[in-house]
Amino acid sequence: MTTTITTPLDSATTYISRSHAVAARELAGEMMIMSATDSTLFSLNETATLIWNAADGKTSLRDIVENRICPEFDVEPETACRDAEALVTNLASLGILELSSQPAPART
Amino acid sequence: MSLITELNRKALDRGVPLSVHLDVTYRCNERCEHCYLDHDGDGEMSTAEIKSTLDQLAAAGVFFLTISGGEPLIRPDIFEIIEYARSLRFNVKLKTNAILIREREARRLRELNVEQVQISVYSHRAQVHDGISKVPGSLDRTISGIRLLKAHGIKVTIANVLMKGNLDDAEGVRQLAKEVGAHYTLDPTITPMMSGDASLLRLRITSDSLRTVFNDSNLVGNVEEFCAPPTAVDEGALEGYPCSAGHTAAYVSPWGDVYPCVQFPLTCGNVREQNFLDIWKNSPQFHEVRGIRGKHLTTCNSCSHLGSCTRCPGLAWMEGNMRGPSTADCEKSFIRTGIPTANMLNRGFSDAEAFANSVPQQLRGATRTLVQISPAR
Repeated sequence: MTTTITTPLDSATTYISRSHAVAARELAGEMMIMSATDSTLFSLNETATLIWNAADGKTSLRDIVENRICPEFDVEPETACRDAEALVTNLASLGILELSSQPAPART
Repeated sequence: MSLITELNRKALDRGVPLSVHLDVTYRCNERCEHCYLDHDGDGEMSTAEIKSTLDQLAAAGVFFLTISGGEPLIRPDIFEIIEYARSLRFNVKLKTNAILIREREARRLRELNVEQVQISVYSHRAQVHDGISKVPGSLDRTISGIRLLKAHGIKVTIANVLMKGNLDDAEGVRQLAKEVGAHYTLDPTITPMMSGDASLLRLRITSDSLRTVFNDSNLVGNVEEFCAPPTAVDEGALEGYPCSAGHTAAYVSPWGDVYPCVQFPLTCGNVREQNFLDIWKNSPQFHEVRGIRGKHLTTCNSCSHLGSCTRCPGLAWMEGNMRGPSTADCEKSFIRTGIPTANMLNRGFSDAEAFANSVPQQLRGATRTLVQISPAR
């Protein structure tokens, strides 16, 4: 279940998962996403695509940034976290990502 | 540049099959008089084979997936197929006659986030629509299905194929679409059967009727723009490719045959025998299709319509030459603009109707690879 969380986000306790209401396919390193509800097409840049691919609902946003973004892009964790928080807030408002303050339960 | 144009450009540059049309069956619960299929269901792919095909399509980079038929909902496993396709994050569009859509089916399509459903409606009058579908009560059931889909918030497009038998009802169907909140598209194209039998072309509306349609702003939008004379043929038209078939789009039949397009039944391989991506990348047929540019088209490369014609390479291939003209599109270009095409002039026609009727009754037909190579049939 998605728990509503308020901004500003705390990336250490924010868990992101990919919305089931969208279609997605990676093309040339960028994720193409289309909303099934209003047919809007989005394109995620390379960084946002990394975050999307890591959005398993179980890994905190901070862990994603520290383990996936920072090693790849040579950026300070605090700066990267602030940017990532703004990004996922925006993607959640567009219905592309779902945010939760708790990790998704493990599947049995 | 719009995002969708950019997406298509990227796919073209990288040789990615962005769109695939998958017919899951040719069986149907209607018998539409203009249908180009034979409705044979023997030997069609199993659930497991279709899932495997979907895996291959996803791995190849396919994003837009059209699931069609025949009537796709006639398969008992259709929701398992759609659910699997959605789990692979395809953008799914479903083409159906909606006869089998009840509350449960509409709700399920919403739950599965099918992006849109396209439904054929031939007339707003039951006697005309049912006369074409050959199923009494079909219009009522189709409209009921449309209303259920709309009630569940699903985007619906009503596709109105125009032919002699429903020529007077285009405006009625357009009004019906408006009333139920569906998009409306009109298509006056009747194609030969995939077997090559061109007798269906007798159903096409006359050139005079087509001219009337092309000058109706309710149906084509801005008539001045739609019927504008062709722009001068430039380098872009000569170096451009005819359409997306084989470049960013492909078709898979219920038997696993892979074609460039549903209207271009040139067998390039079969997913029962070969991985889709291997077929897409290495099939000599796909390579041949991809090698064709505007400048390579016989007759068309000297035609003033080259840059604006809707020439279908599949229809041209069925007429005998994938580099040649497609008579139906030559006719449309002439009727839209009043300017004869090179194909008409070369063949000595000045009358559109006589030209349109010059297509032979038996064209090149599709061959099923499976019939030749598999002991299963």
